[in-house]
Amino acid sequence: METKSIMIVGVGGQGSLLASKLLGRLLLTRGYDIKVSEVHGMSQRGGSVVTYVRYGDKVYSPVIDKGQADCIVSFELLEAARWTEYLKPGGKIIVNTQQINPMPVIIGAAEYPENLVEKMSAAGIDVDAFDALTLAEQAGSSKAVNIVLMGHMSRNFDFTEEEWMTALEQSVAPKFLEMNKKAFALGRNA
Amino acid sequence: MKQLMLGNEAVARGLYEAGCMFVSSYPGTPSTEITEAVAKYPEVYAEWAPNEKVAMEAAFGASLAGRRSFCGMKHVGLNVAADPLFTISYTGVNAGMVIGVADDAGMHSSQNEQDSRYYAKSAKIPMLEPADSAEAIAFTKKAYEISEQFDTPVLLKMCTRVSHSQSIVEPGERVEVLKEYQKDIAKYVMMPGNAKKRHPVVEARTASLVEFAETSDLNRVEEGRDHKLGIITSSTSYQYVKEVLGDQYPVMKLGMIWPMPEQKIIDFAKSVSMLVIVEELEGFIESHCRDLGLSCVGKAHFSNIGELMPLDVAKQMAEVWETGAKLDEAIPPRPPVMCAGCPHRGLFYTLKKNKLTVIGDIGCYTLGAVAPLASVDSVICMGASVSGIHGFTKSQNGAADNKTVAVIGDSTFMHSGITGLVNIAYNESNATVIIVDNSITGMTGHQQNPTTGFNLKGDPCAKIDLETLCHAVGIKRVRVIDPYNLAQCDEVIKEELAANEPSVIISRRPCALLKYVKHKAPLTVDTDKCVGCKACMKIGCPAVSIVDGKAKVDATQCVGCGVCEQLCKFGALKEV
Repeated sequence: METKSIMIVGVGGQGSLLASKLLGRLLLTRGYDIKVSEVHGMSQRGGSVVTYVRYGDKVYSPVIDKGQADCIVSFELLEAARWTEYLKPGGKIIVNTQQINPMPVIIGAAEYPENLVEKMSAAGIDVDAFDALTLAEQAGSSKAVNIVLMGHMSRNFDFTEEEWMTALEQSVAPKFLEMNKKAFALGRNA
Repeated sequence: MKQLMLGNEAVARGLYEAGCMFVSSYPGTPSTEITEAVAKYPEVYAEWAPNEKVAMEAAFGASLAGRRSFCGMKHVGLNVAADPLFTISYTGVNAGMVIGVADDAGMHSSQNEQDSRYYAKSAKIPMLEPADSAEAIAFTKKAYEISEQFDTPVLLKMCTRVSHSQSIVEPGERVEVLKEYQKDIAKYVMMPGNAKKRHPVVEARTASLVEFAETSDLNRVEEGRDHKLGIITSSTSYQYVKEVLGDQYPVMKLGMIWPMPEQKIIDFAKSVSMLVIVEELEGFIESHCRDLGLSCVGKAHFSNIGELMPLDVAKQMAEVWETGAKLDEAIPPRPPVMCAGCPHRGLFYTLKKNKLTVIGDIGCYTLGAVAPLASVDSVICMGASVSGIHGFTKSQNGAADNKTVAVIGDSTFMHSGITGLVNIAYNESNATVIIVDNSITGMTGHQQNPTTGFNLKGDPCAKIDLETLCHAVGIKRVRVIDPYNLAQCDEVIKEELAANEPSVIISRRPCALLKYVKHKAPLTVDTDKCVGCKACMKIGCPAVSIVDGKAKVDATQCVGCGVCEQLCKFGALKEV
């Protein structure tokens, strides 16, 4: 199988590491070669964060370069716009429409661009945008945005719901399992 | 059983399996998780040392005693530990000793992107360089074998992408290795008479290691379809070459980056029409190939600036590579910022307000240089604030005394600020040093240090008292402030700048992200009182913004620190 590449992008503190952990667990059950790459350190402090997940028969590079991503899952709208060049022709970007202002916008040194979803579509990008934050809150916690997004992304992959649930059970603490299952279902059906 | 493992955790697994018994490190991105992970194996003693030099010397002591040992650090940490490094190369080891160093090409979280491979060559110490997690385990174990077989410390070189990538590993069993300590003055006491005899031993060892490198499976050639080109590479550069080119050209992958096999490289070069070197940062392999009299290309095509990426390889190898659509839109950057409730914020606000020159240091508080606080004037390396302010004020004969401060964190002060403070006391400069004590090593992700009262395993331990320490050094004026209290910060800083002797101000408040820190309710905005003057925006808090001309507090981020409240002259920002 040719290597598949998924990027998870967002803002430090949004929980992208749990999303990549869940994906890693899921892919491991199918016996793929896998590489998951994340950057630790300064980026935890509200900066842009990006995680790369790659799987296939044999994966070499742990990173995804421009034009390589089959799918980008963005936890935040501006971050989606930042990474579009990384999509492969025919790739898809899944976007949480939540907006988090970066510091240059907060202090008035820059403006948060308007109508980004429409602009991405107009650029010929396959965008699937939805409000994952509201669904996470419905599930019981705004922190479950990561699992809502994974649930939504799951529709594009040929893994069964049971396989996803097994991976979810291995990835989250038991006391948050029910809430996360609900978040996953809300995302999958959104 | 196969599992996904982070590169750094794989090094830790390799340490466990190799029978390593003693680990001493100082945290530093991207190396930190090696030591955090190894601390979870009860068979291995592991600790955070105050700095990398102490860590390396402690690890050497354990090796001398007959226990396999390890110390881990980031690339700039190896500068701190360079002193013991060059001499333990002469003494060699008793039980195996491995030094882990993680480079940060691209400077994800570093102040420079130096290439650690030159330390191996310069200190004449073998260096292994894994390219994924499975190799991280295997090479760590191999490093101990080489260390004991050749009587040398061994460097294990990681980089951000190997350290912080997970890939598949199959863990193995632990072996136990114990050696007896034997007194050997000629080998271990490096005074001139002995060291002169050891240097030729080191040169002979390097020659033996070159022989070893010729046949070791650490270095391998992977065949290619087209011998028009042959590529020599290592680490992640190898992964990118294979990613882009597959088995198009023959590839020599070096797992042992120093010393390199000579005949093997010469034979490989002869088997191809053109030799290409693909490596990150400097042309280390390339220079060596030239030294061997080979003609090759490398850094003329691959930059020595920043991370090497797959696309760089594709572009130079004339591969067709289509990228995704780029929006015709200015996308504002999203730099890291001090967290909401960060105790450093109130302090830097006060320093900016007083228009002070701030000699800064390495830690989260380096972000005090970012707008809108923008109050830090210089940042060089660990400890350079305390040493630097001495030169800055002393050289101006008092002219800068009342408008200059040094700012250093608790962990960084323990690392290398103390000696600078000794210099201030001893050579009598009228410096004002502020220790921002947030009770943790923050930037690397919350590691304990000598001032926190807890060790690496989280157990209670001796706690170094900063006030007592500063007094003992000879600083009479030691003040403690709460950075959430802006009036107090302002008053005390003014007093200490005015004082006619050196002083230390300890700005003490635990990191807002620490689990034990209790947060207050988010502040609210009385929109009737808010006039939109933006005074609350001067502190650059990510939880505060102006929406439709009025202040707005993001309740999901605000921890109720109350610093913005103190800036509002209209009483619009309020605690609930």
